[in-house]
Amino acid sequence: MDKFTELTAIAAPMPTENIDTDQIIPARFLKTIQRTGLGKNAFAAQRYDADGNEKPDFVLNQEPYRHAEILITYDNLGCGSSREHAPWALLDFGIRCVIAPSFADIFFNNCFKNGILPIPLPREICDELMDDARQGSNSRLTVDLERQVIVRPNGETIAFEVDPFRRHMLLEGLDDIGQTMAHDAEISSFEHRPVRAWVPSITIGTVK
Amino acid sequence: MPVTTSPRTLFDKIWDDHVVERLEDGTCILYIDRHLVHEVTSPQAFEGLRLSGRRVRRPDATVAVVDHNVPTSDRSKPIEEPQSRLQIETLEKNVAEFGIPYFPLRSASQGIVHVVGPEQGISLPGMTIVCGDSHTSTHGALGSLAFGIGTSEVEHVLATQTILQKPAKNMRVSVEGKVGPGVTAKDIMLAIIGRIGTAGGTGHVIEFAGSAIRDLDMAGRMTLCNMSIEAGARAGLVAPDETTVAYVKGRPFAPKGEAFEQACEYWRSLASDEGAYFDTEVTLAAEEIIPSVTWGTSPQDVLPIDGFVPSPSDVADPARAAQIQRALDYMGLEAGQKIAGTPVDVVFIGSCTNSRLEDLRAAADVVRGRHVAEGVRAMIVPGSGLVKHAAEAEGLDKVFLDAGFEWREAGCSMCLGMNPDRLTPGQRCASTSNRNFEGRQGPDGRTHLCSPAMAAAAAVTGRLCDVRELVKETV
Ligand code: SF4
Repeated sequence: MDKFTELTAIAAPMPTENIDTDQIIPARFLKTIQRTGLGKNAFAAQRYDADGNEKPDFVLNQEPYRHAEILITYDNLGCGSSREHAPWALLDFGIRCVIAPSFADIFFNNCFKNGILPIPLPREICDELMDDARQGSNSRLTVDLERQVIVRPNGETIAFEVDPFRRHMLLEGLDDIGQTMAHDAEISSFEHRPVRAWVPSITIGTVK
Repeated sequence: MPVTTSPRTLFDKIWDDHVVERLEDGTCILYIDRHLVHEVTSPQAFEGLRLSGRRVRRPDATVAVVDHNVPTSDRSKPIEEPQSRLQIETLEKNVAEFGIPYFPLRSASQGIVHVVGPEQGISLPGMTIVCGDSHTSTHGALGSLAFGIGTSEVEHVLATQTILQKPAKNMRVSVEGKVGPGVTAKDIMLAIIGRIGTAGGTGHVIEFAGSAIRDLDMAGRMTLCNMSIEAGARAGLVAPDETTVAYVKGRPFAPKGEAFEQACEYWRSLASDEGAYFDTEVTLAAEEIIPSVTWGTSPQDVLPIDGFVPSPSDVADPARAAQIQRALDYMGLEAGQKIAGTPVDVVFIGSCTNSRLEDLRAAADVVRGRHVAEGVRAMIVPGSGLVKHAAEAEGLDKVFLDAGFEWREAGCSMCLGMNPDRLTPGQRCASTSNRNFEGRQGPDGRTHLCSPAMAAAAAVTGRLCDVRELVKETV
């Protein structure tokens, strides 16, 4: 996973609540067996017309937002599916940070696991950042994970909270699995607790 | 395990019994009893294992099913869609390579993962259950802690049989009293989502309680828990009781003999203690719930069937007003119009929300002696091969076929536009599924969520209507 330390990039304004995972990547594009390549269909329904032409009024079709690496939205971003295709699509488009007043739980976690930093901030602050993002080529924000601040185009800084464990993993570009496997002995001893004696195993030949 | 003396909730108890280790920052390594795998969210996880040279820790706690992509028509032919075929073939290759038990497409037991798990006794009370699919919450009906995970977590569970998580907050939604005739678990759940909103359960696990919930059969409880995710919750659950035990007993993969007795004793100990603390409590009166449908493009856009579509001018918040306008435009509805009477093109009875035998019976009760309205395409898609078989044994297939319904093979079907069953642009569908997002059932398709009985009523009248009026006629 790519490390996330500091990002200075264009922020795109999407002043909408409840942007769901089906909007981020419509279900018909999910039939891939790889993680990459979904970016071109991110937000497909809003981004392209029926003939596949770009809709000029959609923000990510406009300059400079085609190059956005930060997305600012309103409440409940990423509601809907647990499918990780939504963060993969965002990442493949180039988004590394999403900012909203609130997020859907699973999407929030999936972002971290794929190297995207989700930042929840109060609605008033999102409104200010939304205004920053509307300033076209002047819509560059700096997200500094080390210091846990966002630097606005006018130089003002906004502090944000992030789970220390998640922060550490992002800063180092670490993968969860390796970390957990270090606890193998504890997992093995858990498996042998007597209270679990009733839990049946499923043998391969018995499923047909 | 610390001995806790303070009263605990059902969720607390299952959680505590699965914590392998609590890390410094409060994140827990949580042991997973059952991992259900399907073709859409697993290929990249297996790819990851291969790339890092890792194995599956507990193939005997893992079960794979194909459901999302499968055609629900003739299964004797090869799958036409090349990408669907690729996902299915990839799963078959992966389960063979990693030694994972698998229900193949042509198995008599194949079906939607959330129907198959409980039906086979693979999902059991008191367990932690995960699957790379948000509607894993369905299994919570058994009194298990079941939640959807993303593909990175699928890989994590395959490799370690655990996930990393912090405990959720506890929410209790109590529905007290008795529901009226024609009111189903789906209507109860739509009413709950209408009340708390699609973010109402964020960060929480919802325990459904109260006399109206206790009165539900397991199929109804599964409908309820299935849509917990539409209320924003991480999971939903119902405490195991005698209904649960009777349901589980004798299922193919349920414990047998002494192990079953030991299990039952454990399951009965899981109910929330008197005085357990809930961060959030919501109470609904069952008598006030009437058959409901959604009008918009979010599951919280719920209306009782005698209700009127909202208008942007009803709300002060401009963002919300714009959203209502957008939903009206998308759905092709007028502000202030009556929702009843809206003509439908398609009726879909199926999905992991409402495709069990009990759901099909409820639909058949409305359909019997009637015919699908002209110009309406109506389809029944049983949740599993076993549901289909059981329904046929009762003659339900005949009721539906005689009435002009399609009677199809098990799968996710028109719940999401991923297989050949999808809406064409502008088509309006009364659907028993769980999501009415834009394009969910096909690009520009319009979805009205409702119960199987309400969907059946829409099929025979050609319009969204109050099923109670039809049922009254036949009394
Ligand atoms: S029926 Fe629908 S909601 Fe259920 S698992 Fe299939 S696609 Fe997901």
